[in-house]
Amino acid sequence: MIEIKELYKSFGDKLVLDNLSANFSEGKINLIIGRSGSGKTVAIKSMLGLHDIDSGGIFFDERNFSIMNDVERKKIRKEIGMVFQGGALFDSMTIEDNLSVPLIMFSRKSKNEIRDRVNFCLDRVNLVNVNKLFPSDLSGGMQKRVAIARAIVLNPKYLFCDEPNSGLDPYTATVIDELLKEITYEYNITTVINTHDMNSVMQIGDHIIFIKEGKKIWEGNKEQIMDTDNKDLNDFVFSSELFKRLKKNTN
Amino acid sequence: MNIFSTIGKYFIFLKKVFSKPDNFSVFYKNIIQEIYNLGVTSIGFVAFVSLFVGAVVTLQIAYNLENPLLPTYLIGLATRDSIILEFAPTMISLILAGKMGSNIASTIGTMRVTEQIDALEMMGINSSSYLVLPKIIALIFINPVLIVFSMFLAILGGWFFGDLSGLCSTADFLDGVQYYFIPFNIYYAFIKTVVFAFIIATLPAYYGYFTKGGALEVGVSSTKGVVNASILIIISNYLITQLLLN
Repeated sequence: MIEIKELYKSFGDKLVLDNLSANFSEGKINLIIGRSGSGKTVAIKSMLGLHDIDSGGIFFDERNFSIMNDVERKKIRKEIGMVFQGGALFDSMTIEDNLSVPLIMFSRKSKNEIRDRVNFCLDRVNLVNVNKLFPSDLSGGMQKRVAIARAIVLNPKYLFCDEPNSGLDPYTATVIDELLKEITYEYNITTVINTHDMNSVMQIGDHIIFIKEGKKIWEGNKEQIMDTDNKDLNDFVFSSELFKRLKKNTN
Repeated sequence: MNIFSTIGKYFIFLKKVFSKPDNFSVFYKNIIQEIYNLGVTSIGFVAFVSLFVGAVVTLQIAYNLENPLLPTYLIGLATRDSIILEFAPTMISLILAGKMGSNIASTIGTMRVTEQIDALEMMGINSSSYLVLPKIIALIFINPVLIVFSMFLAILGGWFFGDLSGLCSTADFLDGVQYYFIPFNIYYAFIKTVVFAFIIATLPAYYGYFTKGGALEVGVSSTKGVVNASILIIISNYLITQLLLN
């Protein structure tokens, strides 16, 4: 389980995270949703120590990440997989090398074992015969799948995804969502995803927190989100014509 | 105030760079890769510049020594000393600061803005050490090799074009090149080269590493890295010369 307590983060005079607290459960898909600029990415990057927080606590299974030194943080980070918004694949390396980096750096596996693990992870995200290709040879959806494969290559306990569906067509986005769901349940990972894609919310949102201007406004699950009377959340959820019509038909 | 904070940030960055590599076999492999990427790919460029600048140095010295009382072997001697003391270590380092520095700053800057550096950090890798330390070691090793190569080719160019133009015969030029040779000049050139190599590797890396924004900012970082590395090379050239030759 991951717990964040009273998180504050500002850039200069601008307060981006304002007393943000939440629990992210094990074996579930935890979504952080909100409009663009609401602080979702900053929240995730702060939880991972990529941004220094002003105050508050971040706990990975009761281990206080926010007070750890670099060496202790490195240990925790080896338990974390991260899928960045743009994939963040190393563009000078082949797909196989991209997945091999963490294994070569931190495992004592032989070359054959590393190759087997890479193939297993690529197979797990339904990619075949891409080992020798470069990221630029792949489509956006395939790059996201490679990023997911790289994130799970070290068997992480925690998986973070920063808008995994951004820039993808609805069908590919659904494929990515299903993949994240399967991986989370299969390996009992604590998954934290930030998104503003309502299709993802309805498809995979086991636990959802809605933030606005860095503050937590609402918390619940995908069943509860359709019936909420929170105005800010309703404005966010039913901003699209599709969801407006859906609500109208449901009523 | 800004310059002091930049200097402070640069030294904090260096402290992180000089931490123990996470995996030594990967570290050695990266050094070899950087020697190829930064050094071996510069050989042709260094050869071309050295050959022609050596020729120009010889022609200019010959032009300035148009006095029947001065022996023509002085052309060889002056060419040798100008090339060993200044042209090869300083001018070639400045040229390499442009080529290697822009490569380093733009590569690392692009990795920063595309979150590849964050990805390395998330894997538990010390990104600054992983990316920058192999470049420092590679340049400290390969730049003196390039400078020796440059010295050789520049003197060769001076000899060839001096003889071709009829300003200095082969015998006179070779006499001058061997006359009153001071081995310390080579040490001096090497010391300068190693210091310049360190500057070329670290300053552009620093600007690249702390790039914020997108493609435009990568270009800005690259320019800043090259310009500031060149300025620091010129200042340290003066300081080293003052220390070692006076």
